[in-house]
Amino acid sequence: MERFAALLDALVLTPSRNAKLALLAEYLREMPDPDRGWALAALTDGLDFPAVKASLIRSLMAERVDPVLWTLSRDYVGDTAETASLLWPEPIGERLPPPSVAEVVETLHASTRSTAPGILTDLMDRLDVNGRYALLKLATGAMRIGISARLAKVAFAQAFEVSVEDVEEYWHGQAPPYLPLFDWAANGAAPPRTDLLPLFRPFMLAHPLEAESLDLSEFAAEWKWDGIRVQIVHVAGETRVYSRSGDDISGTFPEVTAALTTPCVLDGELLVRGAHQGGETGGAASFNALQQRLGRKSVSKAMLSDYPAFVRLYDLLIEDGEDLREWAWEQRRARLEALVPKLDQNRFDISQVIEARSFDELAEIRARARDEAIEGVMLKRRDSPYVAGRRTGLWYKWKRDPLLIDCVLMYAQRGSGKRSSFYSDYTFGCWNGDPDEGAELLPVGKAYFGFTDEELKWLDRYVRQHTVAKFGPVRETDKSLVFEVAFDSVHASKRHKSGVAMRFPRISRIRNDKPAHEADRLETLRNLIAD
Amino acid sequence: MGIHVAPADVWIDPARPVETALVTHGHADHARGGHGRTVATPETLAIMQLRYGVEADSAVRAAPVTYGETLELRGGVRATFVPAGHVLGSAQILLEHAGERVVITGDYKRRADPTCPPFEVTPCDVFITEATFGLPVFRHPPIADEMAKLLSARENDQGRCVLVGAYALGKAQRVIAELRAAGYSETIWLHGAMERMCRLYEDHGVDLGDLKAVAGVPKAALVNSIVICPPSALNDRWSRRLPDPVTAMASGWMRVRQRARQRNVELPLIISDHADWDELTHTIAQVNPAETWITHGREEALLRWCELTQRKARALALVGYEDEDD
Repeated sequence: MERFAALLDALVLTPSRNAKLALLAEYLREMPDPDRGWALAALTDGLDFPAVKASLIRSLMAERVDPVLWTLSRDYVGDTAETASLLWPEPIGERLPPPSVAEVVETLHASTRSTAPGILTDLMDRLDVNGRYALLKLATGAMRIGISARLAKVAFAQAFEVSVEDVEEYWHGQAPPYLPLFDWAANGAAPPRTDLLPLFRPFMLAHPLEAESLDLSEFAAEWKWDGIRVQIVHVAGETRVYSRSGDDISGTFPEVTAALTTPCVLDGELLVRGAHQGGETGGAASFNALQQRLGRKSVSKAMLSDYPAFVRLYDLLIEDGEDLREWAWEQRRARLEALVPKLDQNRFDISQVIEARSFDELAEIRARARDEAIEGVMLKRRDSPYVAGRRTGLWYKWKRDPLLIDCVLMYAQRGSGKRSSFYSDYTFGCWNGDPDEGAELLPVGKAYFGFTDEELKWLDRYVRQHTVAKFGPVRETDKSLVFEVAFDSVHASKRHKSGVAMRFPRISRIRNDKPAHEADRLETLRNLIAD
Repeated sequence: MGIHVAPADVWIDPARPVETALVTHGHADHARGGHGRTVATPETLAIMQLRYGVEADSAVRAAPVTYGETLELRGGVRATFVPAGHVLGSAQILLEHAGERVVITGDYKRRADPTCPPFEVTPCDVFITEATFGLPVFRHPPIADEMAKLLSARENDQGRCVLVGAYALGKAQRVIAELRAAGYSETIWLHGAMERMCRLYEDHGVDLGDLKAVAGVPKAALVNSIVICPPSALNDRWSRRLPDPVTAMASGWMRVRQRARQRNVELPLIISDHADWDELTHTIAQVNPAETWITHGREEALLRWCELTQRKARALALVGYEDEDD
C-alpha cells in the first residue's frame, strides 16, 4: 500500500503526461500480482465497494474529532478523504505492518455495512498519512487524478514493451486484477481469448496526406464524414457501440444499438439526420447537430426524433466469427457491400467510394463537395489489411483546406505544466464594424496551439511587453497583434457575445505585417456559418 | 494596526509609521520602516536595515535589545525580549505592568532550528499567540524526512536540478543549514534575491557552507544541483535558465495537496517556521495563561480548542499578517 500511496501522490503532482506514464509503467513492472492489477483498476475507476461510502468516513471521523474542528478542517482542505487522512489519530503503540493493495481490496470486498466500520478502522490504523489518503481514495472510488483508461493502457504497453493495440484488444472483457493480461504481457503466456465477447477492437487510423498525388490504381478514395467514428459489435446476442477511445457509448445511441442483430464488427461514422446544405435529402447534418446527442447518459424521445442517429459504414472487421482483418481492403469492402443490404436501412448505409479516373479529378471532386457533413477524403490502399493504429503507407486522410481568418490578439493566459511560465492560451477577436468608425473587437475564439516553440517564446515576450491589464493568470493586451487563425468550421452560438463559435481554431500564422485595424470583421466570420 | 500598549504609548509590529515600535521579527508583515524609534533585537535590526535602511547604529532611531534584557518604558511598563524560535532575531515580547504579565509571541515555532535559538516558555497572565497553522490538519512532519525527500529527488532525476521555493528570510537559510546537517556539502545555488540575506545570516554566525549565485552559470553546471529561490520565482521566466527543474516548495501549506497543485509544485516539502496545530495547543497548555488572545491565522479552530479544554480565549482578528508563502 505504501508504494501505491507514493504512486498516487506522484501522479497527483506530476503535470507531464510522459512523466505520468513513466511512473505508472515503473509501478506495473515492479509490483507483484495481484497488487498491480488492483492498483490499475483503482486508478481507472474499476473498483466499487458498496459497503464503503463517503458517509462511512464521516461517521468514523465523528467518533474521533470534534464536529466543529472537523467542519473547519474539511472546508479548508476541500476533500473529505484527505481531511480524514490528516486528522486520523495515530494509534497508540507500535503500528502493525501496512496491508498490501490486494489485502485492502479483498477485505473491503468482503465487508458488509455492519463490518465495514471495523475493517476500515483496522486498515487506517496500519497506515501513515499518505497511506490513509490512498486507502480512502481507493475505497470510495473517487480518484479523479487525471489517469484515463487510455493513459493506463499506454503505460501498461510501455511497462512490458508490448504494442498498445494488443493491450487495447486484450484488455476488454478482462476483470481486475487482470491476471491473464499480466501473464501475457509480463510472462509471455498466450493472450486472453476475446472472440466470444462483444469487445472493442482498436481502430485503424490514417496519416494526413502529404504527397502531392497518389496512384488511384493503388488507392481507393471515399468520403470522410464529420461525425464520430464508431465501432458496432454484435456477438452472442449482445450489441455494443464503442467510441474512438474504446468507451462504450451504446446507451447514448440506443436506436443504433438496437438496430444491429447480425453477428459482426463494423467500423463507421455515426451521424444524425437533419437539415443540411447540398447532398441528398435526409442525409447527414453538420457536426453541430450531432453535438446535441453527445455526452448524454439518458436520451429523451424528443432527442431521438429530432436528431435520429445512423451509421455510415466504412469497413467490416469480423463477420459471423470470421476475422477479416488480415484481408485486403478490396475484399473486405466486397463483403461489406454484400452485408449492408441485409442491415436495418434506417440505421446503416455505406460510405460511397468516389469514382475518379485521376488524382486531379479527385482533387476537383473534393474541392466541389459542398456537403457540410463531409470533412474530406480518405485514401485507402486497396490491398491494406485492417491494422490497429496508424501504419505508414496504408491509409491517408485528405481533409478539406481549413478556413482562415485574421483576428486580433485580445487576452493571453498562462498555460500549465511545462508552459506554466508562458502566456500560451490566446483569446482573439474580430471587429464588429469599421474600426475607423469606432467599432470594437469582440472575442471569437481561443487557441493554444499551432505555433512553434520559438514562436511561443516570441509571443510570450510580446504579451508581457504589450499588457494593459492583469486579471490573475490572464493579461489583456493592447490589441496590436494580428493572428491568421485556421479553423474547420464556424457555427452560430447563443453562448458567445460574438454569436459565433469556431471548431478547432489554431494559430496558423503570426501576421506581424498586418495592422490590427485591417483584421477581419465579424460579418466575414458570420458569412462562413455552416448551419 | 498592530498592538498598542496604551500605558507606555508604544506599538508592537505596527503596519504604519509610529513614534516608538517594538518589532518581534524581520518579516515584512511585522517589520516596517519609518518609525521614530525601532526597538528590536540586534539581528532583527540588521535585517530591517538590509531591507529598509533603518539606521541600526543610530541611537535615536534604532534601539537594540538583546534576549533577556529588560527595558523600562514610559508608564511603568517593562518589556523583555524572549527567543521565539521563528527566524534569526525573532522574539516574543513580555510586557509587565502593575503586576500583570502579557506575552506577545509574534510568529513562533517549537521545533529545533539551527539558525536561531529555541522558543522559551514564559509564564504569563495573557498569552497573545499567532495561529497561522491553527487547524488540526496541520501537523508538520520531522524536517529530516523532508530533507531526505529533497536529497533523493536530486539524485533520482538525471539531467534535472531541484528548484526549491523558500522565503528569502528564514526559510531559505534554515533549509540550507538543514541540508548541511544532513551531510550535503555540494554548492547550493541561489537566486539573486537570496544572496544578501544569506550573507547576513553568515555574519551572525550561521554557517551555510558553499553558496553561489545562479546568475550567468551555464545550464549544464546546474544538473543534479539544488537551487533556492523565492516562491514567486518558481513559475517565473527566471526559472527557464535552469536544467528542467523539479519544482519544490518548502512551506507548511504543502501539507494540503490542492495547495501544492495550485502552485504547480511537483515536490512539496512540508517545512514551516510557524507552530503547527500540536505545537500551538501544546504551547498554550504549557504556558497555561489565565487568558489566550489569538492574533492572526485560522483562529476559529484554536478558539474552539480553548473552549473544549475550558480555557478563556478571544480572537483579536488582526488583519494583514497572513503568511501565504510560509
